[in-house]
Amino acid sequence: MNRVTILAADGTTVGNPVANIAIFGLFVAVTLFIVIRASKKNATAAEFFTAGRSFTGPQNGIAISGDYLSAASFLGIAGAIAVYGYDGFLYSIGFLVAWLVALLLVAELLRNAGKFTMADVLSFRLKQRPVRLAAATTTLAVCLFYLLAQMAGAGGLVALLLNITSDIGQALVIAVVGLLMIAYVLIGGMKGTTWVQIIKAVLLIGGAAMMTVWVLAKFGLNFSEILGAAQTAVSSSTSEAVAGRDVLAPGAQYGASLTSQINFISLALALVLGTAGLPHVLMRFYTVPTAKEARRSVVWAIVLIGAFYLFTLALGYGAAALVGPDAILAAPGGQNAAAPLLAFQLGGVVLLGIISAVAFATILAVVAGLTITAATSFAHDIYASVLKNHQVSESEQVRVSRITVVVLGIVSIGLGILAAEQNIAFLVALAFAVAAAANLPTIIYSLYWPRFNTRGALWSMYGGLISTIVLIIFSPAVSGAKTAMLPNVDFAFFPLANPGIVSIPLAFILGIVGTLCSPDPGDPEINAEFEVRCLTGVGAEKATAH
Amino acid sequence: MAPTETTVSGQEYLAVQASPEFQELRSRLRRFVFPMSALFLIWYAAYVILGAFAHDFMATKVWGDINVGLLIGLGQFVSTFLITFVYVRFANRELDPRAEAIRTELEGGAA
Repeated sequence: MNRVTILAADGTTVGNPVANIAIFGLFVAVTLFIVIRASKKNATAAEFFTAGRSFTGPQNGIAISGDYLSAASFLGIAGAIAVYGYDGFLYSIGFLVAWLVALLLVAELLRNAGKFTMADVLSFRLKQRPVRLAAATTTLAVCLFYLLAQMAGAGGLVALLLNITSDIGQALVIAVVGLLMIAYVLIGGMKGTTWVQIIKAVLLIGGAAMMTVWVLAKFGLNFSEILGAAQTAVSSSTSEAVAGRDVLAPGAQYGASLTSQINFISLALALVLGTAGLPHVLMRFYTVPTAKEARRSVVWAIVLIGAFYLFTLALGYGAAALVGPDAILAAPGGQNAAAPLLAFQLGGVVLLGIISAVAFATILAVVAGLTITAATSFAHDIYASVLKNHQVSESEQVRVSRITVVVLGIVSIGLGILAAEQNIAFLVALAFAVAAAANLPTIIYSLYWPRFNTRGALWSMYGGLISTIVLIIFSPAVSGAKTAMLPNVDFAFFPLANPGIVSIPLAFILGIVGTLCSPDPGDPEINAEFEVRCLTGVGAEKATAH
Repeated sequence: MAPTETTVSGQEYLAVQASPEFQELRSRLRRFVFPMSALFLIWYAAYVILGAFAHDFMATKVWGDINVGLLIGLGQFVSTFLITFVYVRFANRELDPRAEAIRTELEGGAA
């Protein structure tokens, strides 16, 4: 079944892919114009990588939410709530509570101590080259998994929204998304990327708010009515498995067995600890002038992200009630189709067009943010520090990162075409698991534990990265299950698709063990300088003058 | 490769680190963020464990179709907003003035 039959059943013509493309085209035209205007000054490294540290806290907070609210959270969570009910809501809570880790423990100290990348902070008092190499490796790994998720999402979205179901057509659209992203980042640098994220966040949160009000209005502003109608719609599904679900209580997706319950706890752990280790989120703290502005930006991000996830709750249950789980699961994007189908149900072709354009803009903005982060890390940490031993000018770093952007863009187009069939939520969860295991323990230790040293950092980062990836490879997510990446072979011995419950504590322990069994006590003067700078902002990177 | 060229020496940093003003700032920060982090992580963990194992409890209806699970879930939103608000007030009142005093003294004294 495809989009045509669904629309035909609703008695509408199939004219809407044109509307979707037109509205998306308008978004691209407007944002490109703004990016070109905003990017007159992009000569220095501080301008290209951190937008001259000139964004205000509120602007950066909006951009953070634009960076963070990916297509997976918009389409994925609304869809999961529509089909599985309460279990979809559990995702959004993890994604939100995670921001407290960033607010309380990481954002301000990181802003005070760093320059462009996470590795700047770690290498302040640890050995430069090995630590930068490790931090750049984990940064690139997280960015790659996250990029894959977004590009795979783009493929599914194309099928759903533009009614392009042929492989070549989908590949073409993924290529267009990739090329647009390269253009934004090359022209705009961090400043242009940030503006794209701000515009996208306003559209996404505004669109979700409007649909939420619309749904609530349909049910007389009574949320309980929506829940009741959603449960009725799910219970009358023609599929027995779906009809048997209690969508108002947890357990529909993860409650089947002890293994799946532990798997769920493992996922929850990765979500709550992953956010503060996501490199593209960490890098955003460098685009503001002071630690106080970094704090304000997290507060804005928490309010906007929290509000958005409350909207997805109404949208998900609203989609179950108004569209019904059968129509959602039969649509080309599966459960990811819930929000777009709800938009069509509520506001017809125009609202569907707007929501589709917003979803594309979401992918574009997140991909751009990931790419500039990965390119910065490569140019600044690997090229300038590890390969060239700091004998590189900053303009050379910008040149290298521009080349990296092009290479990464082409690689992600290729991977996105290959990964088109993969499960988006799984890939995002994997990125969070790597961020939580490989990055967060080292960040926390280096900020709060003076004794922490190079060996501890290397053991924790590589241990976290390798254990996460190895456990994933031997999990039912890759082989041995019907839903696996390779369903026809079975080499799985680790029972959980989410490895966080093992790899995150392991990385924390490795950091302690590595530190204690190394004789390196650190340089007390440098440790003192690091701590004083972190806490007071002495000598922190200032905004560039205009 | 220090990010900005300050003329503050390592010895001076050691002296600042040992000063009572800095120790006060450090311990106020730690005495706030560590217990608060433990608090919200335990509250989140309790929620996740209830979600994984206590389905019937979470499904208990409270009002109409609104059940305990939904209320605790929304409670996570409320607690997140609340902790954010409390932290910002604390940081503005207790941390910023102390950090600024030390920073002014160091940067002013070194110039």
